[in-house]
Amino acid sequence: MGSFQSLPDDHQYRTLSQKTGFSLEQIAILHNRFKQLSQNEETLRRDDLKTIQDLESNPIRSQIIEAFFDRRNFQKDGVGSVEEIGFEEFLTVMSYFRAPAHHITEEQREEMRRAKLRFLFNMHDTDNDGTITLEEYRHVVEELLSRSGALGRETAKGIADAAMLEVASISVGPMAPDEFYEGITFEHFLKILKGIEIETTMHIHFLNMDTSVLCK
Amino acid sequence: MRMRMMKMLLLLGLCCGPVCCGQNQSDPRDQRVFPVLSVNYDYVQMPFEVSLWILLASLLKLGFHLLPRLSAVVPESCLLIVVGLLVGGLIRVMGKKPPVLDSQLFFLCLLPPIILDAGYFLPLRPFTENAGTILSFAVLGTLWNTFFTGALLYACRPAALELLPCLLFGSIVSAVDPVAVLAVFEEIHINELLHILVFGESLLNDAVTVVLYHLFEEFAHAGEVTAGDVFLGVVCFFVVALGGVLVGGVYGVLAAFTSRFTSHTRVIEPLFVFLYSYMAYLSAEVFHLSGIMALIACGVIMRPYVEANISHKSYTTIKYFLKMWSSVSETLIFVFLGVSTVAGPHAWNWTFVTITIVLCLLSRVLGVVGLTFIINKYRMVKLSGKDQFIVAYGGLRGAIAFSLAFLLSSDDFPMKDMFLTAIITVIFFTVFVQGMTIRPLVDLLAVKKRKESKCSINEEIHTQFLEHLLAGIEGVCGHYGHHHWRDKLNRFNKRYIKRCLIGGERSQEPQLVSFYNKMELKQALMLLESNSSANLSTAVTAAAPRLESGERLRSGSFFFSERSAGEVNARRKPSVKFSLEPPKPPRGPEHLLEEDEELMHRRH
Repeated sequence: MGSFQSLPDDHQYRTLSQKTGFSLEQIAILHNRFKQLSQNEETLRRDDLKTIQDLESNPIRSQIIEAFFDRRNFQKDGVGSVEEIGFEEFLTVMSYFRAPAHHITEEQREEMRRAKLRFLFNMHDTDNDGTITLEEYRHVVEELLSRSGALGRETAKGIADAAMLEVASISVGPMAPDEFYEGITFEHFLKILKGIEIETTMHIHFLNMDTSVLCK
Repeated sequence: MRMRMMKMLLLLGLCCGPVCCGQNQSDPRDQRVFPVLSVNYDYVQMPFEVSLWILLASLLKLGFHLLPRLSAVVPESCLLIVVGLLVGGLIRVMGKKPPVLDSQLFFLCLLPPIILDAGYFLPLRPFTENAGTILSFAVLGTLWNTFFTGALLYACRPAALELLPCLLFGSIVSAVDPVAVLAVFEEIHINELLHILVFGESLLNDAVTVVLYHLFEEFAHAGEVTAGDVFLGVVCFFVVALGGVLVGGVYGVLAAFTSRFTSHTRVIEPLFVFLYSYMAYLSAEVFHLSGIMALIACGVIMRPYVEANISHKSYTTIKYFLKMWSSVSETLIFVFLGVSTVAGPHAWNWTFVTITIVLCLLSRVLGVVGLTFIINKYRMVKLSGKDQFIVAYGGLRGAIAFSLAFLLSSDDFPMKDMFLTAIITVIFFTVFVQGMTIRPLVDLLAVKKRKESKCSINEEIHTQFLEHLLAGIEGVCGHYGHHHWRDKLNRFNKRYIKRCLIGGERSQEPQLVSFYNKMELKQALMLLESNSSANLSTAVTAAAPRLESGERLRSGSFFFSERSAGEVNARRKPSVKFSLEPPKPPRGPEHLLEEDEELMHRRH
């Protein structure tokens, strides 16, 4: 975690820009937002994110906040979670929501897809064992349905069960009677979400950020 | 024996006598015999002819599909126009005057079912995602086409035309026609994005066409154009478009509200949907607003609420009736186009017609390329050259242009016949040449085809998850992007609107659960079909993958959850346990599911 001077440093911005792919302008704007959220401190904590009003009504709020503090999203082999993050980590997590550039090769597109799906996978796989178990998936569905009224855990369980069955039938195919379906691995996850064009769906328009809007 | 014969003859004679006498006594003036069989065609002429035409059209449709080789090469619309030509020729040979496509009949009876079908089943998500692009093609593209065609026609001066008639002609001929686009694009199965772009454009450009048409007609009548008139024209456009949407919206809300109370009279539920939509169309037409936009708005707005309220049978009824009516309408329109070609007075002018066709093509290509260049700066998924080509090539003209031209008064526009001939030629050109060649071109250019949309609960879960995630991230960024607003709209919808418009417990049902219920219903039906020959086993199948947390999850055991929400019964009812081996897809009901999907896309 680098230490920042109080004035924006061009050189540091440039290294960040190279690392995450954002333009200098976008980095400046995001830095402003970071300072606003962290109340001008160097690091951001979970409580700072919890104060955001727009997240109040979001059913998966806790998972989103967790994702910012998850070491796996900062670099490839990170493990565990941290209590506070600096601007670099904030920016790294944001870079998962960048749109693919117009002229990129198939390989780069595939790589971007994998990175974004890995982010999603990490959000579901809370115990970091490399698979999404039935319990974890049930939790995901419960959270999704949590704000939508009192339908109880049974429906969520039913839906999650059906979803797991679908994954099993798509990825593993016919199974012997004694076989267990352990959980969704990353490869299976890639397979079942092949239909959603993740690289174009999972993005935010960072280009049109207006600083006047940030004063909230 | 002879006695009996004698008695019979006597009886007959006795009967005939009084009858004849009675006849003579009651009607002394008329000495005719009572007619046993007479012909009175005039009494039934109107409905008889209408039914005959519809029957003919339906039989033709039947016939085409019995000739697979022909229907694979030539799109249905072309065949229907050819048949219309033949029928028109036949009528003319018989000495009578072939009927022309009456504009009132067209706009009030034939067009609404097609538009309602399109609007009710409009795939909303791709439409809203590409709304900006669609609007710019519809509004700016049509304006460009009109002025480019009109201005260059005036510059070329075939048949010494004034500027205003040229512009009027430009406005009529430049609008992409939804009927023709639907007819051709349904058969080529291109990907969703291109389909919604061309189709959405053809629907939304109605507002522009209506305004321009009335504007130029008024100006031609008045004779003089001021700047104030032009300004009023622009205002008129907004009034027409937004007014149409408003009218449609009001009727849509009314329909949704009415459907809340129909639980005791399920039989007439579909009637409300049709009537409210038709009333929306007619009401918009009263004020010269855009009827098409009213119809689309009505269908789009009422659909989610109506579908939550009505029974499954009513839903099926609505779907089938809409498909049926729109199919018949489409067939009739094309046949009548053919017949009208034979009938109508023609004034053939080589220069005019050739210049028109060339200008139409040119303006379309330039318009699309130019607009895409600007639009791509704002789009996430850029439109490639191939996409632009398909969008430009798919700009077909159709019966709307013909009917609008037909409505012109011959006094104001002495060149009306020339216009009609040119428009018919353009329509023929686009439908035949472009319609027939677009399919091989799509294959040649390897344009992406429509994905087989499988009902996947995983995709649905993750789509919802992504929506919330993106809205959340936008919240963290402090950026009010369109995810944020969509999220807000959804919450508003859930909290207030659904409670008003959806009756009973269903108003609280989250989208994921209703999706899941629908999917289960479909799969249960599928299983019923596949197991109809075999016996419904209540035993658990042997090949059952078990899941880690100790739960025994049988492969493919489904259970019915009650559709009445609040009572979602997730406990496995042993009596309705079916068994299905995961890898073998059931052969039988594939067509059922496919049919269901295909019905959504009007292929029978």
